[in-house]
Amino acid sequence: MEKKKRPDIKELEKEATEIRKDIIKMLGEAGSGHPGGSLSSVEILTGLYYYKLRYNPKKPDWPDRDRFILSKGHVCPSLYTIMARCGYFPKEELMTLRKLHSRLQGHPHMLYLSGLETSCGSLGQGLSIANGIALGARMDKKDYRVYCLLGDGETDEGQVWEAAMTASHYKLNNLCAIIDRNRLQIDGFTEDVMKLESVKERWASFGWHVIEIDGHNIKEVMDAYDEAERTKGKPTMIIAHTIKGKGVSFMEDKAEWHGVAPKGEQIELALKELNMKPTKEQLEEAEG
Amino acid sequence: MTEMKATRDGYGEALVELGKTNPKVVVLGADLTDSTRTLWFAEKFPDRFFEIGIAEQDMLNTAAGLSLTGKIPFVSTYGVFIAGRAWDQIRTTICYANLNVKIGGAHGGVSVGPDGATHQALEEITLMRVLPNMKVIVPCDAIETYKATMKAAEIKGPVYIRFGREKIPVITKKDTPFKLGKAATFREGKDVSLIACGYMVCESLKAAEKLEKKGVSARVINLHTIKPIDKEAIIKAAKETGAIVACEEHQIMGGFGSAVAEVVVENYPVPMRFIGIQDRFGESGTPEELIKEFNLDSSDIVKAVEEVLKHKHG
Repeated sequence: MEKKKRPDIKELEKEATEIRKDIIKMLGEAGSGHPGGSLSSVEILTGLYYYKLRYNPKKPDWPDRDRFILSKGHVCPSLYTIMARCGYFPKEELMTLRKLHSRLQGHPHMLYLSGLETSCGSLGQGLSIANGIALGARMDKKDYRVYCLLGDGETDEGQVWEAAMTASHYKLNNLCAIIDRNRLQIDGFTEDVMKLESVKERWASFGWHVIEIDGHNIKEVMDAYDEAERTKGKPTMIIAHTIKGKGVSFMEDKAEWHGVAPKGEQIELALKELNMKPTKEQLEEAEG
Repeated sequence: MTEMKATRDGYGEALVELGKTNPKVVVLGADLTDSTRTLWFAEKFPDRFFEIGIAEQDMLNTAAGLSLTGKIPFVSTYGVFIAGRAWDQIRTTICYANLNVKIGGAHGGVSVGPDGATHQALEEITLMRVLPNMKVIVPCDAIETYKATMKAAEIKGPVYIRFGREKIPVITKKDTPFKLGKAATFREGKDVSLIACGYMVCESLKAAEKLEKKGVSARVINLHTIKPIDKEAIIKAAKETGAIVACEEHQIMGGFGSAVAEVVVENYPVPMRFIGIQDRFGESGTPEELIKEFNLDSSDIVKAVEEVLKHKHG
């Protein structure tokens, strides 16, 4: 049941670029935070909030809303940006990220900001929470759906696989999880830190319906959410292949940009690049 | 003859009652449903019971998710596995967001017996009371456990209830008042206060009998709620009796006695002694043997009282 009309893909692509600019600006202002995963998850979240997710920012507690559980809490800059752009709170507030008394904590806290479904930051916990919500929805005979975004490195955590079994055991077809497969975690490439492949076969063998997509292709993202909703009898895992730091060339595919905010000229260069390609000299300078 | 009943039975009975009276109550189990007495609920309300398997971390966060849909989930397994293994889940997902999850920690204390150290939870009071928003209850018998469980369903936010494996004397009655956060004086006395929780309330009452024969008048306070703690009752005991012995079937460090001492030291310092596990792991043995081995029985309390009285001011 696809309730919403699809937004124009070109418009969403433009919006994704604007979201990336906001992420850079807010991280630059905060002086710390996690650009790599925030940038890699932009289209995944854009597809959700601009197309698939059923919600009302004026009524964040609406009982029939779809739920989005961010399990990899450190990429909250992309979630905050999208929430602000979708009307949950004023955009100016993005510049309070990580500051004292801000509603935008370094990792999301649901008691501070309406519209967040959970507090998260300790990895590996979100999928279990999503399972609980999906079970609750079923008990209440509600048709809302539950979405959960995990990092690929996050799936090192054993609890993720406990939750994978539970979702499959209870045939939670109202649950759709997404892995932001950017292939990097803090200590390096996921395959060097702790081998994850074959991600697809692993999730399939746990009883999930698995969809692999280009996580920066908005159309593929939206198609995957639709396919997940059509899938019966099992939960769906979307493996979204992405590039860590996507959109800012000096951050792309670099583990060191996992948890370091851009500074000074880096901010300007990143913003400039998100509007147009920078010169080779500018790039080299930024890397230095 | 005093009735003997395990506190876990009180928990199991209360869950069944909640099943009948409160449709929001759901129960989750981690393969220990018989032992934690949650099986009784599961058999009567199969649609509201979720078996999660041997996966405590997943169980706690699944419960968190259910609470976010308005359910009142009760999760239970042995204290070591729930308070220890799933501590981060309890901390960051449940307590941080003040989620309405109720936690039943079974097999508290060395009186678990022959299973030995791995299964004897001796640290949960410390681990749970340190968490903001958490409430911690250690009931003294099966009837009080029943009341504590019923109460937990009424209040908002996370609650930890500790109970034991063995049958112990039922020392309260159905009409004994139980008020969360309010200590109950089970015996009046003026020379020393025995402040206890769980099974140690029973040992404290025995100790008070023995002390009476020695001419010492001991007050016995059942401090079932460790958090929020009843400061008033503790300060009153310090002022009126001038000496305190805190008794717990749990590590002394950071636990129940420490919680009492925090109140005493800041408000009305008097000499204190601690009965509890002294920085050791548990052992296999019968419950009776272990209570003696770990210096937790009434004669140990009597000795501690005699010691603390030597240091009593004026």
